[in-house]
Amino acid sequence: MSHRVAPPEGRPAGPFRIGCGAGYSGDRLEPAVELVEQGDLDCLVFECLAERTIAIAQQARAADPSRGFDDRLEERMSAVLAASHARGIRIVTNMGAANPMAAGERVRHIAARLGLHGLRIAVVTGDDVLEVMRAGSFSDMDDGTRLAVERVVSANAYLGAEPIVAAIAGGADVIVTGRVADPSLFVAPIAAHYGWSLDDWTRLGRGTLVGHLLECAGQVTGGYFADPGAAGGAKDVPGLARLGFPLAEVSEDGSATITKVPGSGGRVTTATCTEQLLYELHDPSAYVTPDVVADFSRVHMTQVGDDRVRVDGATGTARTGHVKVSVGHYDGWIGDGQISYGGPGAVGRARLAAQIVEERLRVIDLAPRDIRYDLIGVDALHGAGPARHAPEPYEVRLRVAARTDSAGEARRIAQEVEALYTNGPAGGGGATVTVRQVLAMRSLLIPRQMVHARVQTLEVE
Amino acid sequence: MILRDLAHARTGDKGDTCNISVIAYHRHDFARLRRHVTTDRLRALLGDMVRGDITRFELPQLGALNFVLQGALGGGVTRSLALDAHGKSLGSAVLALEIPEEA
Repeated sequence: MSHRVAPPEGRPAGPFRIGCGAGYSGDRLEPAVELVEQGDLDCLVFECLAERTIAIAQQARAADPSRGFDDRLEERMSAVLAASHARGIRIVTNMGAANPMAAGERVRHIAARLGLHGLRIAVVTGDDVLEVMRAGSFSDMDDGTRLAVERVVSANAYLGAEPIVAAIAGGADVIVTGRVADPSLFVAPIAAHYGWSLDDWTRLGRGTLVGHLLECAGQVTGGYFADPGAAGGAKDVPGLARLGFPLAEVSEDGSATITKVPGSGGRVTTATCTEQLLYELHDPSAYVTPDVVADFSRVHMTQVGDDRVRVDGATGTARTGHVKVSVGHYDGWIGDGQISYGGPGAVGRARLAAQIVEERLRVIDLAPRDIRYDLIGVDALHGAGPARHAPEPYEVRLRVAARTDSAGEARRIAQEVEALYTNGPAGGGGATVTVRQVLAMRSLLIPRQMVHARVQTLEVE
Repeated sequence: MILRDLAHARTGDKGDTCNISVIAYHRHDFARLRRHVTTDRLRALLGDMVRGDITRFELPQLGALNFVLQGALGGGVTRSLALDAHGKSLGSAVLALEIPEEA
C-alpha cells in the first residue's frame, strides 16, 4: 500500500496541472480540446460513468463481447490523443465502462492510426464483482432489503486511486478503467506525480477535494449556475455556449487553485466552487471514497484572481474496510403517457383528463404497482405544496407514469392517456406514449478484500 | 423578501437521498439563513415528497448550509416515476421560502 512514484526528472518546479475534459458521457467535446491545446496540462481526466451507465453497457457487452464501453470513446480520443501525446499530457478515463479491455484495444487502434508509436495504454479491471455477488447474500445500503440475485445484471465495485497510481508507475500514457470512484480518477495522477504515500490521509483528503470539484467539469466553471435576474446579477454567467472546462493547479501539499483557460466562457468564483463543493455531499466532515474519509467541513475558498479560486483546509482520516458496490437489476416497467392542454381553462381540462384515466384503470381492472399523475407546468417538479399560490399557467401537460410488472400493462396505461384525444376533454394535443424496462441501481458495501484490481498494459507498436 | 434575494442553491442526488445546499451571497447574511432556513421549514415546504429524515449541516466559513433529505427521490433516480427523477429542481423550490425583513 505504499506505492511511491518519484516525480519525473527534469520536470519544471511548479504546481501539477490537471483538467477535466468531460463530466458525463454526453458532455461537450470542444472544451477538452481547448484544455489540451491551451491549458498547459500535465493530465486530463474524462469522467463519463453515471450510476446506471455501466449496467446499460453490461447489456451491450452481453450482446457483443467487443462492446460495452463508452459510445463516444472513439470520438473523444480521436479529438485529443495526438495533441495530448505531443504535449506529454497523460489521460485518465473511466470510459472503459463494462469492458475496459475492449476500450483499451480501441484506444490502441486509434493511436496506431494516428501514428503514436510507443504510446502505452494501461487497462484497469477488477471492478466487476458480479460473480462475487451471485455467490453471496447482500443487503441494500439505503433500506437494508435483500437483493434478488436472479434479476441482477451488473455489479461493480468502486475502485480507488491505487491501481491507477500503479499504472502510472508502470509508465502508462493513457489509463482506461471501468468503475472507479470519480474523485480517485484525479487523486491518482496527483498522488503519483508527487509521490504521496497512499496512507497520507491529509493529502489524500485534499486531492479528493480537487477531484470532487473537477469531476463534473463545467459545473464548477459556471455551468448549472446561471439564474438571470438573481440578486444584482450575482448569477449571470458569460459565454455558456463556449463554456471552459476546469483545471486545478495542485501543490505538493494538496492545496489547489481552480481555474480555466483564459478567454473561455463561464466563471470561476467562490460561489461556483462552493456550489460544486456541496454537490452530492452529505456530511461535509465524512466524504467516503475508496481512498480516504475526506473532511471538507473546514474548507476555505479565496478569490485570488479573475476566474481563480484557491481552496484550502481539507483533511482526511483512514479509509474504511469496505467498498461500495453498485448493482444493476431489473425492476419492472414504466409506462408514461402525456397530453397537453392550452388556453382558457387548460388546467381544469387537464385535471378532468387525469380523473378520466384514473377511472378507466378501474374500469379495465388494471392495478399498477405505483402510479403518479402530474400536471407539467403546475405540480410535476415540486408537488402540490409550493404551487398552491402560483397563478394558473396558460398551457399545461398531463403526465401519467406507472410502474407495472409487464410491458403490456405499462403500454396499456400510457395508451389510456393517448385515447383522451377522442374520448377525453376538449382540445387535447401532442399525446405521447413511452414504455421502458426499468434497470434500477442499488448500492451496498462489501469488504475491501473481496475486490482485486488488476492492471494490464498495451503498447502501440 | 424571499430566499433567492439572499442566497443561491444547488441540488445533488445519491440513491434515494437528495442534498440541497443554500449559500449566502454575503457572509453577513449567514446568521439570518441559520435562523430562517430550518429543517422544519423544508419539511413544511416539500411535504410528502420527503419520506425520511432531514438533516442540516453548517459551514459558516463558506456562508453555507447543507440539507440532506432521505427518501426524497421516489426510490432513486433509476427507478423513480418522477419527471425530474434526480430531483435536481428541488433547490429552486427552497429559494421561494419567505424570509422576514430584519431591522
